[in-house]
Amino acid sequence: MLKVENISKTFYKGSINEKIALNNLSLTLGEGEFVTVIGGNGAGKSTLLNCISGVYEIDAGRIFLDGTDISYSPEHKRSKYISRVFQDPLMGTAFDMTIEENLAIAYAKGKPKGLRPGISKADIALFREKLALLELGLEDRVKEKVGRLSGGERQALTLLMATIVKPKLLLLDEHTAALDPVIAKRVLQLTDKIVEEEKICTIMITHNMKAALDHGTRTIMMHEGKIIMDLDGKDKEGVTVEWLIEQFNRKSGTELDNDRMLLG
Amino acid sequence: MPLLMSLATTLQGSLELGIIYAIMALGVFISYRTLNIPDLTVDGSFTLGAAVSAVLASISQPFTGLALAFISGCIAGTFTAMLTTKLKIQPLLSGILMMLALYSINLKVMGNKPNIPLLNKPLIFDFLQGINSGKYAKLVFLVVILAIVLALLFFFLKTKLGFVLRATGDNEKMVRALGVSTDVMIIIGLAISNGLVALSGAMIAQYQSFADVSMGIGMVVIGLASVIIGEVIFGVKTLMRRLIAVALGAILYRLVITIALWLGMPPTDLKLVSAVIVTVALSMTAIKEKVLSFKLRCANSGRYKGERM
Repeated sequence: MLKVENISKTFYKGSINEKIALNNLSLTLGEGEFVTVIGGNGAGKSTLLNCISGVYEIDAGRIFLDGTDISYSPEHKRSKYISRVFQDPLMGTAFDMTIEENLAIAYAKGKPKGLRPGISKADIALFREKLALLELGLEDRVKEKVGRLSGGERQALTLLMATIVKPKLLLLDEHTAALDPVIAKRVLQLTDKIVEEEKICTIMITHNMKAALDHGTRTIMMHEGKIIMDLDGKDKEGVTVEWLIEQFNRKSGTELDNDRMLLG
Repeated sequence: MPLLMSLATTLQGSLELGIIYAIMALGVFISYRTLNIPDLTVDGSFTLGAAVSAVLASISQPFTGLALAFISGCIAGTFTAMLTTKLKIQPLLSGILMMLALYSINLKVMGNKPNIPLLNKPLIFDFLQGINSGKYAKLVFLVVILAIVLALLFFFLKTKLGFVLRATGDNEKMVRALGVSTDVMIIIGLAISNGLVALSGAMIAQYQSFADVSMGIGMVVIGLASVIIGEVIFGVKTLMRRLIAVALGAILYRLVITIALWLGMPPTDLKLVSAVIVTVALSMTAIKEKVLSFKLRCANSGRYKGERM
């Protein structure tokens, strides 16, 4: 489904702040595969997602989605097939618009934006039905402005918006990191449910090693812009956080710098 | 009671002016609130509308003048949006550049004359004398036009396109993540915004029977004042309420200015007063915070019983 071939990205090239974020990285994802990504600060996890979604232009390499070369297509065009949920709950919704209006924009993804009414009666019924699946009671608050929702509610809504039209690829960038643990768990469960039911090809960055092992069908570890470990299917079974940390220290030659990854 | 009678007439006149300025304020609302861009093109596009409408009224085409004024405003807005989106010039600077460019363009439209008088020319208000000689005919006609503009704008902002336009001002990143080019949305938004501003300028020119190359100066400030005053006084709860609030804000602003002038304020102070009103309105949040923090500090230091280091 997704094929990333030898991509590189360097920030501030030629200056003293030069930073190699992605170093000749390749990654292939099959249909319905759910990959969790872990790695220390500055490992290039977010840069990888931003290059795939077109926020950053890559310096070298190629990106293919479903056989199409999307290496240089603009962000908004890729967004028709790639959905994203960001870490900041404020980034995924329009705060001054109602829940149903936000969903309507997401539901119209990839379709022409004409002068037809923004929401039809049938749409509202569908939105309520989908919102009920979140089990947050949002289905009774469709006319409320999103700005009034809590971070967790907004993130759950963003997840629904990202998948209401099935994307070819779903990118989750630490989408539960800003939430309190209870809500974070709920949002992760929802993520599992939606991804499994819809069989969406997904890449999820997480700072939580346990979550990385518990979720998804495959786990990759990044360090200095490269993938240093790739645990697929059976390899993943029985792996513990301790083992993962040991592997990381051995393969990267450094100590894990990220306390957040060890806790929780 | 001749004094009161004169005040009533003056107030009716300012009400009529206020209704026309309300269309301009709705244009400013689209750029400033919906797109979150303070667009200074307004000063130029208002005059552009007036100039186009005056030129066409001089050749006996007052209604075509309004239509062409709207279109020319849309074009001006498109250019500003191009500077911002394609050439990555800051929105404020793009507006200033267009405003400057439009000054020359407006003079060209007006045949290199600083003003065009429209006395004894056919105007959009002429047909009213034919059907009804009542003194409120003009007022009713203007209210109808404002109602139509309000309704069209409301329904537009409730369409699929309108939704995305509103979301662009709220959260550009989200709109791009949902597969829409924010550049296109900003172009459409600024075009409609300046189209409405130009339409308002076109009607003002015909209302006061002349167009002047400097009539747009400070218009963006008046527009902002109308938007803010309207929102503060009449509320922002729903979209419809918000649009009506903006229109009422423009009318209220005009009435307040008229009364101030009637009470003896020199007309040359007008722009200063407008600037002060907008400054106060924009600094409201900051002032409120300062006052609140000051109160909390006073209350807190009063309670402090511990030892001072």
